[in-house]
Amino acid sequence: MVMGGAVTSGRKIRWGLVDILVLVFALVPVLWVVSLSFKTKETLTDGNFIPQAWTFQNYADIFATTEFIRALVNSIGIAIIATVIAVVLGTMAAYAIARLDFPGKQILVGLSLLIAMFPQVSLVTPLFNIERQLGLFDTWPGLILPYITFALPLSIYTLSAFFREIPWELEKAAKMDGATPAQAFRKVIAPLAAPGVFTTAILVFILCWNDFLFAISLTSTEASRTVPAALSFFTGSSQFEDPTGTISAAAVVITIPIIVFVLIFQRRIVAGLTSGAVKG
Amino acid sequence: MAEIVLDKVSKKYPDGALAVSEVDITIDDGEFLVLVGPSGCGKSTLLNMVAGLEDISAGELRIDGRRVNEKAPKDRDIAMVFQSYALYPHMTVRENMAFPLRLAKVDDRTVNSKVDEAAKILDLTAHLDRRPANLSGGQRQRVAMGRAIVRNPKAFLMDEPLSNLDAKLRGQMRTSVSKIQKQLGTTTLYVTHDQTEAMTLGDRVVVLRGGHVQQIGSPQFLYENPANLFVAGFIGSPSMNFVPATLENGTLRSPLGTVELTDRVRRLVEAADAPREVIAGVRPEHFEDAGLLDDSQKRGGSTFTAQVDVLESMGSEKYAHFTVEGEQATTSELAELAADSGSSDVPGGGSAIVTRLSSASSAREGQPLDVWFNADKVQLFDPSTGKNLTYSE
Repeated sequence: MVMGGAVTSGRKIRWGLVDILVLVFALVPVLWVVSLSFKTKETLTDGNFIPQAWTFQNYADIFATTEFIRALVNSIGIAIIATVIAVVLGTMAAYAIARLDFPGKQILVGLSLLIAMFPQVSLVTPLFNIERQLGLFDTWPGLILPYITFALPLSIYTLSAFFREIPWELEKAAKMDGATPAQAFRKVIAPLAAPGVFTTAILVFILCWNDFLFAISLTSTEASRTVPAALSFFTGSSQFEDPTGTISAAAVVITIPIIVFVLIFQRRIVAGLTSGAVKG
Repeated sequence: MAEIVLDKVSKKYPDGALAVSEVDITIDDGEFLVLVGPSGCGKSTLLNMVAGLEDISAGELRIDGRRVNEKAPKDRDIAMVFQSYALYPHMTVRENMAFPLRLAKVDDRTVNSKVDEAAKILDLTAHLDRRPANLSGGQRQRVAMGRAIVRNPKAFLMDEPLSNLDAKLRGQMRTSVSKIQKQLGTTTLYVTHDQTEAMTLGDRVVVLRGGHVQQIGSPQFLYENPANLFVAGFIGSPSMNFVPATLENGTLRSPLGTVELTDRVRRLVEAADAPREVIAGVRPEHFEDAGLLDDSQKRGGSTFTAQVDVLESMGSEKYAHFTVEGEQATTSELAELAADSGSSDVPGGGSAIVTRLSSASSAREGQPLDVWFNADKVQLFDPSTGKNLTYSE
């Protein structure tokens, strides 16, 4: 017993060390950006991890210009619209893939995988030309459409995995209890799929929110420029001023919605919600 | 409450597999009918067709005299209890049971009174506000039953509802299922692969094999007069013993000895135009320790001597296992039964015989024993068709 205990605690310590290493590796850059955003212009390059002189000036600066606020509005609007559409379409498609047998199902799944694999950078130039011809360039739909294209495969994949987890017998039971297929979906399947839907929504939202390639290529003005693209246009008040502080502050600000989003929906993403439905 | 009629109902899958073939069954109003058979015999498919969860390829299904082939499950007014219970995990027990009523837009007061009533019958009143995840297997099973009974459907369909329970609970639930059905008097179609459930629950039992109905009848009738080798081997536990035998001038020669056929058996065999080579079947309880019988009793049968391989004393009786010399009786039916029970994997030469002896028997493991069997109870089967040659209505 003593030996066994020693082994487990030794293992615990080893795992703890590995965990800490991973955490440090992942969090240090983030903390560094946070630290930079609180530094004054004078101490910016002093190399200290903890700012010697704290300031909120950088935050005040970014919110003082319309440049950043406008980009933030674009980012939120575009990401939310793209997420909603991709998740709604993805839910329907995933349900069909998980539950129904229809001709061309394998082709559909294959195609969506193909789209997800496609290097986005090779599409930027054609998209740029197409959107200019269609008048979509530098508009919200001009970004929403490509985002949906790339988010759909992701949402179909994640959601169909979730749908497969829901016992099919529940749907049969609902039908036997007198539900129409629509009622069965709305009252039984949808509530059970909710965690999957929220997980997918978060993934898709992050995908759209973080995109830089399309945002920089398919926009030209404040009309639709999202934050990641807008950040690259940040300048100091003069040409010779270093915008590092304001960029860091903006980076921190745009990370917050993601964290909030995850925290809100974390409770909904409870694994094993379907437990108790069937035996075991 | 209703009569359910299956009229030459068949199910053919798109890949050409015939799961159910021309099944004719009439389930009377208020009857408890059990569909039994080994896995893959088409019993669940048949149930799903009655439920409306699977299309009927050919034939007609009538509920209360009306054709319902094309009706959706919700329009058939029948309730189903699933093997996995299929409870809605996001709803409380109360909402689970109320779900069918809510869909039918029944007002709240009626819903509550009906759910409370069902909960009382099923002893679930204390658990109404819990969720399925927090219930035990037996409680979940009862909730599934409750969901079926709250709305007074025309019929209950049950798909192996007890197979996920442990043995003791299964026994208790078996009794309560039977009690509830009698109490409500609702037509019930019950699917199981367990012949004990079929025997104890059913008013009548339908034995299915490979999508074909083998025999329909009361459990006792099926036990005493199996129509063929398959039914004989499937119904009864421990199952009937089969040995190859030869019919000659009114005597039956088998590894169990040579025995004169009784008049009753002889007449039946002659009427059935039996072949010379047959398969003889004897139920375990038709054997007895020869030492416990007097001569007049022994006259009605034959005695053989064999070594007891295994002796299982159950207190009230003893099960003695023997191996008798000679070939094993083999037919496709017996092979299927053996595969279903897993006994085909058990090695050993000769025929294994199980006998049920009186607890007064002096049988000992490893010792030879004189065993008598009742010649009048012997059932003879045609090895090629499996037909019972001693079958009588």
